[in-house]
Amino acid sequence: MVAIMNKWQAITVIANDVQAGKTSARDLVEQSLAIIDAKKDYKALIAICRERALERAKDIDDRIKNNQKIGRLAGIPFIAKDNFLAFGAKTTAASNILKNFEAPYQATAIERLEAEGAICVAKANMDAFAHGSSTENSDFFTTLNPNDKTRVPGGSSGGSATAVILDMVPFALGTDTGGSIRLPASFCGAVGYKPTYGLVSRSGVIAMASSTDVVGPLARTVADVALILDVMSGRDPLDSTSVEKDAKGYQLQTANYKPQTAIIGVVKEYMDKNVDNGVKEQINYAIDKLAKTGAKIKEISLPSLPLALAAYYIICPAEISSNLNRYDGQRFGFSYKNATNLDDSYKKSRSIGFGAEAKRRIMIGTYVLSSGYYDAYYKKAQTVRTKLIHEFNKVFEEVDFLIGPTAPTTAFKIGENSKQPLKMYLTDIMTVASNLAGIPAISIPAGTNQKLPIGLQIMAPQKHDKQLLELANVAEGLLK
Amino acid sequence: MYQMAKLSRGDILKLAQLAQLELTDGEIDKFQKELSEILGYVEQLQNVNVEGLQPTYQVTGLKNVTRKDEIIDYGVSQAELLKNVPTLENKQIKVRRVL
Repeated sequence: MVAIMNKWQAITVIANDVQAGKTSARDLVEQSLAIIDAKKDYKALIAICRERALERAKDIDDRIKNNQKIGRLAGIPFIAKDNFLAFGAKTTAASNILKNFEAPYQATAIERLEAEGAICVAKANMDAFAHGSSTENSDFFTTLNPNDKTRVPGGSSGGSATAVILDMVPFALGTDTGGSIRLPASFCGAVGYKPTYGLVSRSGVIAMASSTDVVGPLARTVADVALILDVMSGRDPLDSTSVEKDAKGYQLQTANYKPQTAIIGVVKEYMDKNVDNGVKEQINYAIDKLAKTGAKIKEISLPSLPLALAAYYIICPAEISSNLNRYDGQRFGFSYKNATNLDDSYKKSRSIGFGAEAKRRIMIGTYVLSSGYYDAYYKKAQTVRTKLIHEFNKVFEEVDFLIGPTAPTTAFKIGENSKQPLKMYLTDIMTVASNLAGIPAISIPAGTNQKLPIGLQIMAPQKHDKQLLELANVAEGLLK
Repeated sequence: MYQMAKLSRGDILKLAQLAQLELTDGEIDKFQKELSEILGYVEQLQNVNVEGLQPTYQVTGLKNVTRKDEIIDYGVSQAELLKNVPTLENKQIKVRRVL
């Protein structure tokens, strides 16, 4: 029986201890598995990679005994959202159609973490194919918010955020197509990072909307997400849309950053009447704290911001309907056995295999891409996207960062929005714009409202990930 | 609420056909209502002035990313790549007749 400790230390500290022989990878994995077992009633996870995790831990411990250098994540257990192809368990994307899928290779993000000594211990629950904001669209079960079991953890990376807050692991991986890392980070009280589009390879990550999908970390601190981003980021020959990382990397150095040089724009459209007062108060408190460091605060406006969600809910289903065409029951995934012909096999496999939300998005995507509607919907949405990007470019001539809430509310009740798809879509209202523009954004904990966590969102121009993490690190210190 | 982009039952059936989906009567009714509401919401874009602007299809600014046409061994065996195939015969994926 492993004694359960209280909290994980900073990732660099744990990795150094493993390398120095003060603790072992095996101890860390057993610790993680013990917490996972103790907190299983939150239903954060789909599968546990026990055997492979223990094997990898043994290998790392053996190498350390032979005085080998492991890496910056030596022995660090982590959990991956179940849309990352990974060995050790099935990769389902929380969907019935991939219920029995076994990854033949691993995602580049996982490979890069493993190369530095990290160990994947489990796969996290999510909305099936990442379609959702609450994990209620998982084809298997709903994850419970770690702060209040009657509420959702946010989504789609809800299992990952819950796992971090329950201290199952020091960090978890998520994907963010319209807010799927930041929203659960906000609802659970974690730090969630959505990098510049292309900064982390999408190879081996089950595609949702390819032009906005990004991979990112969730953890307890900005320093930890910065380290994980540094390990995962950079050009990958297996993803032609991936971009080079900053030459200096992203790992936070000693506190040499001066917030008084920063000009921060408060987004007017994100502080309007739709935001709960309790949320607004905490965000204003955070802004005041930043102002007191000498940072310059400026109210700014992006007039097209209220259109971002509408554009997103055309572009995203369009790309989904295209990406989900590959699930046809022939090469992998669920296949209906008693089909009368090929067409029947496609239809039955898809209709039985896909859940309601996947079908809904495939149908919307098919509509907006169909002849006669393409120009009016899809092309128009992509042009509104250009307008929005131009507005971002213009405000970033005046300010270095944009700030506001991650979501207009705290975590909602399980079942509250699940029967109203449009209402659920509106949860993403403050997160989708950065996906459409490809800019980095972070959600950090900023107090609570009626004991439920609130997320502060900060955004920066494309490829300013380093500066964004530095400012977020300061903000985190001010809000502790 | 938002204006309804009225989708008929026939529209839903046609979309399902294009998307290779078979819907139950209950699903048809549900999607008719929900899709009309969602499309009603996104229709607010119709009045936006985008004169002189081009659509954005990708945000990286990358152009013509190419690689050498050569075989790279990633260490994944044929058997591994075929292990998820529903019906395999002599290392070939078996499907129902096309013609």
